[in-house]
Amino acid sequence: MRTIAVIGASLAGLRSAEALRAQGFDGRLVVVGDEPHAPYDRPPLSKDFLLGTVDRESLALSDPDALAALDADWRLGVRADRLDTTTREVHLSDGSTLTADGVVIATGGAPRTVPGALALRTLDDAVALRAALTGGTERLVVIGAGFIGAEVASTARKLGLDVTVVEVLPIPLGRVLGPEIGAVCGELHLDHGVALRCGVGVNEVSAAGVVLTDGDVLPADLVVAGVGAHPATDWLAGSGVAVGNGVLCDQGGVTNVPGVVAVGDVARWSGQRHEHWTSAAEQASVAVRNLLAGTTAEVHDRPGYFWSDQYGVRIQFVGETHLYDEVRYVDGTPEDRKFAAVYLRDDVVVGVVAMNNARHFTRLRRQLGAAPLSTPAP
Amino acid sequence: MIRVCTVIDLPPGEAVRILARVPIAVFNADGELYAIDDTCSHQDASLADGWLEGCWVECPLHASSFDLRTGLPNGLPAKRPVRTYPVVVVDDVVYVNTEAQQDVA
Ligand SMILES: Cc1cc2nc3c(=O)[nH]c(=O)nc-3n(C[C@H](O)[C@H](O)[C@H](O)COP(=O)(O)OP(=O)(O)OC[C@H]3O[C@@H](n4cnc5c(N)ncnc54)[C@H](O)[C@@H]3O)c2cc1C
Ligand code: FES
Repeated sequence: MRTIAVIGASLAGLRSAEALRAQGFDGRLVVVGDEPHAPYDRPPLSKDFLLGTVDRESLALSDPDALAALDADWRLGVRADRLDTTTREVHLSDGSTLTADGVVIATGGAPRTVPGALALRTLDDAVALRAALTGGTERLVVIGAGFIGAEVASTARKLGLDVTVVEVLPIPLGRVLGPEIGAVCGELHLDHGVALRCGVGVNEVSAAGVVLTDGDVLPADLVVAGVGAHPATDWLAGSGVAVGNGVLCDQGGVTNVPGVVAVGDVARWSGQRHEHWTSAAEQASVAVRNLLAGTTAEVHDRPGYFWSDQYGVRIQFVGETHLYDEVRYVDGTPEDRKFAAVYLRDDVVVGVVAMNNARHFTRLRRQLGAAPLSTPAP
Repeated sequence: MIRVCTVIDLPPGEAVRILARVPIAVFNADGELYAIDDTCSHQDASLADGWLEGCWVECPLHASSFDLRTGLPNGLPAKRPVRTYPVVVVDDVVYVNTEAQQDVA
């Protein structure tokens, strides 16, 4: 391969560019990203950066020397509008065309929006949200009690705002962490004086506030929506690259079109779209190896992992919670907001979750999958 | 010099965290004692909570591993080393010299 284009200049795109060079690709490397910024880290945007305890510089995912060493042509502030897989051309928003024999799709996710509410996905969003939170706002309503919604609520509370979180599901994070642990996450809001309304939807955001489906109106000076993101695949329309809730890939990031791989939040590997930092970072080197090999030479089968920091509690999770039989606490208790627990299916550990208990989490995650749990039931 | 604990309180495979000027993690790696900065050089995680394997500790947050002998990370996301500190045992008590062995930026 002589030219490889990486589309998307965030975590998955940067790690792909790094992996290409590390794996010996010495051809022309072009990285296209529609944000004007060099690759930066998103997780702090709802945490320390929003709070104001870390600055913009510390978000950088790489330093200028390391970026220069990649010897890549960075097209920042430029969008890929269209991919033509027959001519192998990427059409860019500045009117130029890029011809590449290899393409890495790393365009991530775009937040679902609610009219009248701010969303948080990019650095620019975070700067705007921080200005709004610190600009005399008193009452914040957060729509969605997922991780980003909960982190924004937690940060806003720390900044002294009056916060209400609305969640359409009966239990926050129930689908991700199961009802038992989801309920504990819900209690974190209450612990810190944040109101939580579950099992009710939002009709609209009006001048009076947030109008709920049960008729209640929550007065608000500011409304933030954390209602998930959809994969940024619009630019692939008509390209022939198979898409369906993400770019469809095998277990190695390889798509149906030769010379095209996909990584990170935009990619659906073997039916699963992980929208987490670690998978985006890990998938890059696997997909790049397969791109350079021209076939699926390597697969990624590490269980999905994520963390979230909210209300001074660090939540960590690895594995999956599909059809588990039981959550068993191994250390600590949910009441203390410090525990480690495992999800068991047929006595096999399929998931591990912890709050403020990295020590046990780190050890328990080694029991994932194979062996039945070796700790006795309490 | 800061007193850490007795030798029996730090068996192989275990780690303790002490509060010096900065938090320091002391490990017993198969009988050898090592001390390094407790806070990961990447973001906010305690290395004493990490996974110890040979002379390496894996950060519990994003899994960079640090060499206990040199403080150097094995790869991303951590880019900078952590400081290492001399450990001595006197009369079955573990002490750490909180003057870093090797200062890093
Ligand atoms: C506020 C926030 C907090 C988070 N916190 C955590 C956390 O605590 N733990 C965790 O595990 N994960 C967290 N995540 C998730 C994590 O940040 C993502 O999984 C990760 O950023 C995915 O990286 P990516 O490169 O695949 O996608 P993205 O980071 O979304 O990057 C995609 C890039 O491609 C660009 N792009 C899109 N379309 C085009 C186009 N057509 N042409 C050119 N460029 C394009 C986008 O603008 C963007 O810059 C958080 C995410 C957010 C937003
Ligand atoms: S905090 Fe240690 S690797 Fe990120």
